Amino acid sequence: MSLLADIISWALILAGSFFTLAGAFGIIRFPDLYTRMHASGVIDPFGVSLILVGLIVQAGLSLISVKLTILILFLGLTSPVACHALGRAARHRGLKPLLADREKPPSIS
Amino acid sequence: MRQRVGLAIALFTFWLLLSGHFTPFLVAAGIGSTVAVLAVCARMRILDSDGQPLHLGARAVGYWLWLSWEMAKSAWDVTKLILSPQPQITPTLVKVRATQSTEVGRVIYANSITLTPGTISLEVENTAIIVHALTREGACSLEEGDMDRRVTRLEANG
Repeated sequence: MSLLADIISWALILAGSFFTLAGAFGIIRFPDLYTRMHASGVIDPFGVSLILVGLIVQAGLSLISVKLTILILFLGLTSPVACHALGRAARHRGLKPLLADREKPPSIS
Repeated sequence: MRQRVGLAIALFTFWLLLSGHFTPFLVAAGIGSTVAVLAVCARMRILDSDGQPLHLGARAVGYWLWLSWEMAKSAWDVTKLILSPQPQITPTLVKVRATQSTEVGRVIYANSITLTPGTISLEVENTAIIVHALTREGACSLEEGDMDRRVTRLEANG
């Protein structure tokens, strides 16, 4: 039983780490602020939530897992608000998003 | 009144779960804090169904589960784009219709859009949300309005 829990929690933690790392790559690779925010969307609610769910499986039924659940809910409520505020502020400052041309898609370094 | 009792129960449960100690002093301090927060909220006039959307109830849990699965799918899509040697991204701005009648509904919809990787809500208007999407396909699937209908159903029968 504890072996099964270990396997599940490690799979979740490793998957979360993978998505977090991929999101970090995306922040470097994508061309402008708005597209980079999409990459950070892979990290912030999603990758971190996977790691936290993995930790909940490790903790089992205890007050610690309740606190981790509250942490996930908190993250799910606050991070989209922060993301929306950032994008909205950039738009109001007049930062034009890099949009796809039908003929030539934006090149990526 | 329903709002007050609901918020009081939620705040006190939150206190007990975070402290984990049940000595008389700490429980009394929890009750005191609950009353103080309730008083501040009443003074700020935020004790309404916008501040505490209790009417969503258990259906909110079902929506969370559905949303988590959507997040997983689109996170995988964005990850594939990031890791592909020549990412074919087609950033798009679209205006999607928001059919929710309450502010809570629109906030839930806009936040759900931002939570799913690949789409970000940039501006919330009365009947529409301006969305930046990483790919044109992402914008199209949002315009089909599945998520919009689900949020409207969630807020509707309260």
